[in-house]
Amino acid sequence: MYLTPEEERIMSGESGPTLQKAMEILVALGDIYEADRLIPIKSAQIAGVSYKTMGDAGLEWISDLDGKVQVPSILNPAGMDLERWQEMGVSAEFAQKQQEIIQAYSSLGIEVQCTCTPYYLQSFSATYGDHLAWSESSAVSYANSVIGARTNREGGPSALCAALVGKTANYGYHLDENRIPELMISVDCELDASDYAVLGYIAGKAAGKRVPLFRMRSTPHRDQLKALGAAMAASGAVALYHVEGVTPESCRKDFELPAEQLTIERTQIDEVYETVSGDGITECDSAAVGCPHCSPEELEEVAAKLEGKVVDNNVWIFTSREVAEFNPRLVERIEKSGAKVLCDTCMVVSPATDKLSHMAVNSGKAYAYLPGMCKVAATIANIEKCMEKGGGSHSD
Amino acid sequence: MVPIRIKGRGISKGSAGGEVLLSEDPISFLGNVDPQTGKIVDPDHCLFGKKIGGKVLVFPHGKGSTVGSYVIYQLFKNGVAPVAMVNLECEPIVAVGAIISEIPLVDGLESNPFEMLKDGMNVNVDGKEGWLEIKD
Repeated sequence: MYLTPEEERIMSGESGPTLQKAMEILVALGDIYEADRLIPIKSAQIAGVSYKTMGDAGLEWISDLDGKVQVPSILNPAGMDLERWQEMGVSAEFAQKQQEIIQAYSSLGIEVQCTCTPYYLQSFSATYGDHLAWSESSAVSYANSVIGARTNREGGPSALCAALVGKTANYGYHLDENRIPELMISVDCELDASDYAVLGYIAGKAAGKRVPLFRMRSTPHRDQLKALGAAMAASGAVALYHVEGVTPESCRKDFELPAEQLTIERTQIDEVYETVSGDGITECDSAAVGCPHCSPEELEEVAAKLEGKVVDNNVWIFTSREVAEFNPRLVERIEKSGAKVLCDTCMVVSPATDKLSHMAVNSGKAYAYLPGMCKVAATIANIEKCMEKGGGSHSD
Repeated sequence: MVPIRIKGRGISKGSAGGEVLLSEDPISFLGNVDPQTGKIVDPDHCLFGKKIGGKVLVFPHGKGSTVGSYVIYQLFKNGVAPVAMVNLECEPIVAVGAIISEIPLVDGLESNPFEMLKDGMNVNVDGKEGWLEIKD
């Protein structure tokens, strides 16, 4: 891999051990994937934030680093709402470690915004063709597919190294030839709401790592595309997809239709709605929306569904702190029902979920991860049904 | 006897020597290995019950969650990490874990290590220049 003289100097340790190690990691990844050089990135989103997933080792590694990020950088969801963690039932010991992780990242110049939807943040825009180093799988999918920006599925340490150096290795989804659709998926029915999450759950299993091109009867809007991509990144390893006539790259480029084709029918979608993931012998004892984090429009939808209702069980709505703070009226309307709007975290990475047994979700990603990561069974349904099944919602 | 040197690709620099421990199975550091003891704890793994600490660990490649990189770091901090690692084909989780823990790592050797090496052989690994040397 070609390095500029300045990059060579960093690699030899002239700018200190942190940058040297960061450069070494970027170059090792570049060598593994046969990158020709490093390219500048516009922003970074760093995974490895929840103490639940990274533990003391991760905390120790970040704490040992010394430097400042070179591009705007934010974080993935943490293991708790950084302010309301006690209301989530998170232990003081966990909270202490979590705060130490946040503090360590913050001292590297990373903004304390813990979200899987960086593209909703006011100051964090990505546009068509931008090179990024994002690491949350659904954010990667959204950036590549819905925005038409370019990022690989970065691991926690590699996204952090890219942020510190301000560059990433030029391979994978940064290159045109890896963005061409490899599999055509025709959807043989009209879709609505959580149908997109279920479609993603099915399509991700079929696509694996490949880039699918969808032909659909209905036209998904951005939150539905978010749900589709998040589910495919969880049930498969899809980091980029195209939708004919909808996503920007398929509209601008004249892709050849992939040779391999498959059709998804209504019956397959209905089957997922009827199947509990994990060992779900009990009724739902909870419900959660916001995987990935809710947009203002989704908060509005939840608020409307909960209008005049009361929920009896744990009903959690996850969003980024910025979206919650810009929409205080919506938060108030939702919380009037007894549901909680929580920030900085989600049902998958928080230890708070572990004490539940069966959660109703509208997310294909949560449906895929809850049984394994949290030992919680999951049922997938649209927002209204989630509130009924998992929250026991009823009129006051 | 003159040591035999086999060329490969250096992924994580530094050099170290020790006894070979071969694993035919890929390793997911998250889940397969106990970070406190360095013992393989997955009953389905071919190295089940063995300790990887202090060895030159030879395995095809890593698998599983990216958190595995941090598990390697934890092994290192606890003094139970391999002294060096050799892969058929390295992937990012192990590469990153080796670099942050300063464990020499090479892959893509010119001869298949599973045909050349036996458990307990003494070897040196150099991750900067990218080679493995059989001492006996």
